[in-house]
Amino acid sequence: MWRRLRTAGTFLIQRREATVALVVILLIVYFGVISSAGRSVFFTHIDLVNVSVIAAPIMIVAYGEVLLLICGEIDLSVGFIYAFAPYMMHYLIDYYHVPGVLGIVLAILIVGAGVGWINAFLTVTLGLPSFIATLGTGFVLAGLTLTFAHGEQASIPTSVLGFGRFLGSSNTFVQIIWAVILLAILHTLLRNTRWGLHTIAVGGNLLGAREAGVNVAKIKYGNFMITGVLGAFAGIQISFQTGVIDTFAGGAAYQPMFYAVAACVIGGTAMLGGTGTMIGAFLGGAVLAILIDGFQVIGVSAFPLQIYFGGAILIAMIANVQLARLRVQGRGR
Amino acid sequence: MTAQPDQPADALRVEHVAKSFGAVTALTDVNLRLGRGEVLGLLGDNGAGKSTLIKILCGFQPPDAGRILLNGEEVRLRSVDHARSLGVDIVYQDLALVNQLSVYHNMFLNRERVRWPLLSNKTMRRLARQYLDEMGVNVPSVEADVAQLSGGQRQAIAVARAVYSNAKILLLDEPLAAMGAKEAAIILDLVRDLKSKGDVSIIIIAHNYGQVLEICDRINLLQHGMITFDKPSKDTSVQELNEIVIAEYRRALEERQRSA
Repeated sequence: MWRRLRTAGTFLIQRREATVALVVILLIVYFGVISSAGRSVFFTHIDLVNVSVIAAPIMIVAYGEVLLLICGEIDLSVGFIYAFAPYMMHYLIDYYHVPGVLGIVLAILIVGAGVGWINAFLTVTLGLPSFIATLGTGFVLAGLTLTFAHGEQASIPTSVLGFGRFLGSSNTFVQIIWAVILLAILHTLLRNTRWGLHTIAVGGNLLGAREAGVNVAKIKYGNFMITGVLGAFAGIQISFQTGVIDTFAGGAAYQPMFYAVAACVIGGTAMLGGTGTMIGAFLGGAVLAILIDGFQVIGVSAFPLQIYFGGAILIAMIANVQLARLRVQGRGR
Repeated sequence: MTAQPDQPADALRVEHVAKSFGAVTALTDVNLRLGRGEVLGLLGDNGAGKSTLIKILCGFQPPDAGRILLNGEEVRLRSVDHARSLGVDIVYQDLALVNQLSVYHNMFLNRERVRWPLLSNKTMRRLARQYLDEMGVNVPSVEADVAQLSGGQRQAIAVARAVYSNAKILLLDEPLAAMGAKEAAIILDLVRDLKSKGDVSIIIIAHNYGQVLEICDRINLLQHGMITFDKPSKDTSVQELNEIVIAEYRRALEERQRSA
């Protein structure tokens, strides 16, 4: 029995995702069974949809941040990309008469890949720390969004309203399905392609990667652009889900970015470069969404919610750092 | 200095290469030749410019001036990849290993076997195991992260990475540093093995003159960014090399005292 426990302990230490998965299960049990004492709405269809709708955009943005954090960078502007992309879609389709789907795709590419490229240019080519570079582009983008929109909401172009079904809806699982599809693709990218291997190499040993001939600039440019595209995609999904294009004024656009980074950290991405997983980001997003939804369900004031978030982030980070130390010691034997 | 028409061109020839980093001159005027199948020992004090020279030869950084000739043809090495495509490969002093990656991913870093778009991990695992077995290197598993390995094992992996890339010119920057006696023997055997096959030319940077003399055909000494000494190994000795380096140290010391 003791040996089994120890084996389980070793497993949890070595597979960070397993620890987070355990937390997800415990939270589900807590909100679904214990706290509601038999009159649970947590397991109802409506509530599952609600959790998934909260979780999906956090996860999708977090996938991009995982790639950046692994190669030693971060993108603080992604929340503003998220806010700006739906406006771009609106302008392209309603003012420039770009046909529906093309307008969506172009908006994602122009805003997502475009701002991602600018972030990479500032970071890689001009040598700014990405923390500062993306802070700057984020503010600029927030200002642009408000200026172009005159601070007002816009409605989804009528020609693409029909696509909402496939992109975002508050009544279906369509967004979480996208999150799962993207998880599969990006997990494969990270674990089973040269791109992923080189991303880890760049974050793990920058000089070594360069010495081995890895094109460090290309990897960083690419990952900034992937993150931008994911942010733009999630932002457009949100506009379809809520049925309105919003400016996310007053700093509300920071929220998706902060949630995404929190999801990465809770999922075991260390922010020190070289380590991190997509499954971790997925599970981290699930933890946050279940907490947000769970508090609504059990009807507790949402005021202390962020205390739990902060606690979860700190505990996760302490675990990351300390478990990494344990793992290294385990190797010494 | 041109090659005699009746002689085969040298595998590598360096002419008047210079390199500065800001105000610091690392290489003033380096002239060096490496015959085909030859093993050249490059010696010199810390800071003499050995690593700078070798990083120019592997395409990591360009020289400020001078020419590099491979098999008699002038080349401008644009990148590490470019040099590698011309058959020049290197083992860096810092090994250029990524702790977070497995042994086999490190061995194939930036020359991964791919079945597009995916990595051929199975092939790489098999080849890594085979190469390490051939070299007589023991690692717990090729799937282990290199962070788990000893200094010597890490060195062996870095060497294997370069040796099995089919390089025609191999640059080894301090390959015997951080090696236990057994692991040093593995590397020396490997160099001997390559030498006996005769188609790989090697430059070894090292500190241990004994080992270098034993394995190298010729010795060059790099001082103040220039080659100041060039003799076949059989015509020199550890004692002579030591005396040169110590004489140089004394001279520099006196100069400093005079100017002070």
